[in-house]
Formats: sequence, structure tokens, C-alpha cells
Amino acid sequence: MTGPQVEVLLQTLISGLLLGGLYALIGIGMTLIMGVMKIINLAHGELMMVGMYIAYGLFTFFHIDPYLSVIIAAPLLFILGVLLQKYLINPVMKVDSILPENQVILTVGIGMVLANLATIFFSSDYRSTPVDYATKAWYLSDVWKSSPIELSLSFPWTVSFLFSLVITAGLWFFLTKTDTGKSIRATAQDNDAALLMGVHVEKMRVITFGLGSALVGAAGCLFIPIYYLYPDLGGQFTLIAFVITILGGLGSTVGAIVGGIVLGVFESLTSTYIGMGWAPVGRFMIFVAALIFIPGGITSLFRRKRLGR
Amino acid sequence: MNGMLAIKGIDVYYDDVQVVLDVSFSVSRGEIVALIGANGAGKSTILKSISGLIRASKGEIIFDSRPVHTLEAYHLIDVGIAHVPEARRLFVEMTVEENLDMGSLKGDARKHRAKTREMVYELFPRLRERRRQLTGTLSGGEQQMVAIGRGLMSKPALIMFDEPSLGLAPILVREIFAVIKKIRSEGMTVLIVEQNVKQTLAIADRAYVLENGQIVMEGTGESLLNNEHVKKAYLGV
Repeated sequence: MTGPQVEVLLQTLISGLLLGGLYALIGIGMTLIMGVMKIINLAHGELMMVGMYIAYGLFTFFHIDPYLSVIIAAPLLFILGVLLQKYLINPVMKVDSILPENQVILTVGIGMVLANLATIFFSSDYRSTPVDYATKAWYLSDVWKSSPIELSLSFPWTVSFLFSLVITAGLWFFLTKTDTGKSIRATAQDNDAALLMGVHVEKMRVITFGLGSALVGAAGCLFIPIYYLYPDLGGQFTLIAFVITILGGLGSTVGAIVGGIVLGVFESLTSTYIGMGWAPVGRFMIFVAALIFIPGGITSLFRRKRLGR
Repeated sequence: MNGMLAIKGIDVYYDDVQVVLDVSFSVSRGEIVALIGANGAGKSTILKSISGLIRASKGEIIFDSRPVHTLEAYHLIDVGIAHVPEARRLFVEMTVEENLDMGSLKGDARKHRAKTREMVYELFPRLRERRRQLTGTLSGGEQQMVAIGRGLMSKPALIMFDEPSLGLAPILVREIFAVIKKIRSEGMTVLIVEQNVKQTLAIADRAYVLENGQIVMEGTGESLLNNEHVKKAYLGV
């Protein structure tokens, strides 16, 4: 490989990794909900869109930086998630019906309503938050004068990635070190056993849906400095989250992190070497390949070894 | 006798099939009481209806002179009933210690978590060695120890065991039964469901024989061991 080729490859991998970190955050929210409630939340991307509009509104009207708006948008999305779960999804879960997938269909409906509400309130125009650091970047030659190749690290992408890492670490701490977090994991692993331990399983479901929504809402705030926003953007991110969840293994947080990064890097490679428009095609190639070759997701490969299955 | 748990005429259905028919029995404080019977006789179902996982459609369950059949399943541990379920039902992707912690989420049990955990480790030294290991990687016997330990973590007044010897090697079965006797000697009341009739009757103060969802016989452990019907049907003599 020649110098410029190496440069392109490394740059592609770096952007893939940064994108993957954000994807991981989107995927974790979906996989948490999947693990605890055994349903796929097909309104996941729309919840992210809501988070993005909150960040957009705060920036446009109150000049609040999108990164700061995480601490406002995430709690708001948590409340929205709790309300959706308590008053819409839970009642539907209790109804015996011929279609066990009723709740999934309900989430599609919730997604549509959210997208249409966004169109009513904000019109279908493309929006963005023109932050002044949007094009700022660090260059390898700034720190290493005689570097044979030139690489750059975009400021907003890097900050978004770091935020995503911090939020993921915080979530990890919550799930492994607190009793509530452990109760959520216990509910996902064995519903009845959790009940016997005195876990209020229904409450855990509500908290989990809120938490998943808050995570993807936070991801929305991290995405808006580097992306544009329109009401129908949710569907695409729901699909991304779904692919990550399948790739990583249903209900596995570690899987979602690995899946997110794999997807980010793969998409980045496809857009560099095949063409910008081909990223979604790459995404679905990975999706189909995962379904065929590793139906349990990436984590199933490790788990088989660990649990001796 | 000091009645602690009283089951009064419960009926339990799975969909349209009645699996428990008008069952009544009682457990006194400090006793080991066994429910024995063949597979499908309704033993596990009775335990599940005590712990609220299944609702009895008729009858009452009284614990410490208060009705508990109306409580939500997650409140049963608060009144002092622990249920060590059939097939252990551990949280397999959590460590031994995390599983034990799950048994002590509330109230006093939460406050005394570290102390109770020490007690469990003294009862099962092997669990201390394996405390950072995922329970899914443990052997069947070790998993049963975690399940029992997790049940003890709530510091229950009554602990219910569902088939604790199932699938274990004979030497481990003896160990588990010895532990159950020890648990009683430390002041807990035990209700045990088993298919291993011989060893169960040997440690039980009293036992009830369950056939097709009904109690057909009751007596002390010793008298049932010598009973002709029990010998023929359950002991293969």
C-alpha cells in the first residue's frame, strides 16, 4: 500500500470508530428494552428524533450548546419513555390477542405519531445547529511535525464519541453496581426468579423503557452537531439500532457496543471504497450475514465458550 | 402446635386443567414439612401458588395469621417467605455474589447483606472460592448451593425448596439434605417438595403425599417410611 492509500484507510477507520461509538449508544438503548421486555421498540429512532428536536430547540431559542442539552433532553426522554410504557405498552402487553406482536405494532404507531407531531410543530424542513466548532479539527501534523501521513480528528465527532463513552460507562456502573441496575438485569435473565427475589418486575420494565429512551435521546443530542435533522429521520435510526441489536445479540449490552462499532467501521469503509450512497447497502449486507452466520449475535460466540454451551 | 402457614382448600388451574384440587395442609414453626408425590402431582404448583407466581382460584393461604394469597408475588419475600425454585432458576449471567445480593434487596436483609453472605459462605465454602464466577459456568451441585444461598439471603422465616436434589450426584444429595437440616436447626421453618422420597422422609417431621392434585395421606416422616402404600408406590420396595 502506498502512503496516501494507508492514509485513506486509517482515516476511514477513525471515522468508522467515532461513528460506531455513537451507534453503540443508540443500540444499547434498544437492546436494554429488548432484553427486559422481549419486544423490539420500533419507535427507537423516533425517540432519538425527539431528543434531537429538543437539542435543536434549546440551541435555536436559548443558545444552549447541544452537548449541554444532553442533561435536559435525557431526563425529558426518560419521562416520555416511562409514560409510553406505563400508559400505552403495558396495557397492551396484558391483553391476550391473536397477535403476540401487538406491542411491536404499537411501537410502530408511536413512531408514526411522533414523526407526524414533529412535522406539525417544526415543518419538514431540514434543521441543524450551526455550532461554531462544527468544522474544527485536530491534525496529526500539529503534534507530529514530520509525520509521513496526515490524519485529522474532527472536534464535534470526537467530543460526541467521548460523551457516548462516558454515558456508556455510567450505564455500566448503574447496571452492575446498584441494586436497581441488578434488578433490571435479573428481570431480563429470569422474570419469575426476579419476582421471587422481591423485584417489582413491572416497575423495572417502566424504568427500562425510560432508560432506553433517555439513552437514545442523549444520542440524538450528540448527533445533532454533526448531522442534520428532519421529522422522518427516525426510521433510518430505528433500522440502525435494530441491525446493531441483531449483530450484537438480543439483549446484550456488550454486544450492542461491539455491534455498534462493527457497523460504524463497516459503513465507513463502504462509503470510502464503494461510494457514499452505498452505506445503507453495507448495513443490510451485515444484517443478513449476521442472521445467517451468527444468529445469536457476536456475544453468542463468547458465551458459548464461557458457559460451555 | 404453633401454626405458621396454613393452606386452606386451594384449587389451582393451568388454563382449563385443574392441577390442584381442594388441598389443605399446615406447617408449624420450626418444622420440616415435605410434600411428596410423583411428577405432575401438583407439588411445584402448590409452592408457586404460595409464593404468588400462580393464583389459586379458590381457597386461602394464611401466613403468620394474615392472608397472603392476595399479595403480589414480589411482596412474599417481605413477609418472610423465600422460595428456592425448581431447576434453580439462577441469574446465569451474573456472578455468584451478584446472585446472592439479589436475594437481599429489601429491608433488614439489605442492611445485613454482608453478614448473611458470610454465613452463606461458611455454609458452602465452595461458593466463596467461586464468588466472582458466572453462575452459568458452575456445576449443578454448585448451582444448587447458590440457589439455596440466595434463598437464605432474605433471612426468611419460612424457606421452601422445590426439588433441591434433582439431577445431583448421591454424595451432593446427602450434603444438600444435611444443609436443610442445619437450616432448620438455626430456627427457620422448611417446606420441601421432593421426588427423592426416602431421604426426604428421613429428615421431615411430617409429610403429605400428593396424588393427582389431591392429598391422599399424611403422617410423620417415620410413619410414612413404614407405610405399605408409600413403600410400594415411591420407595420401590
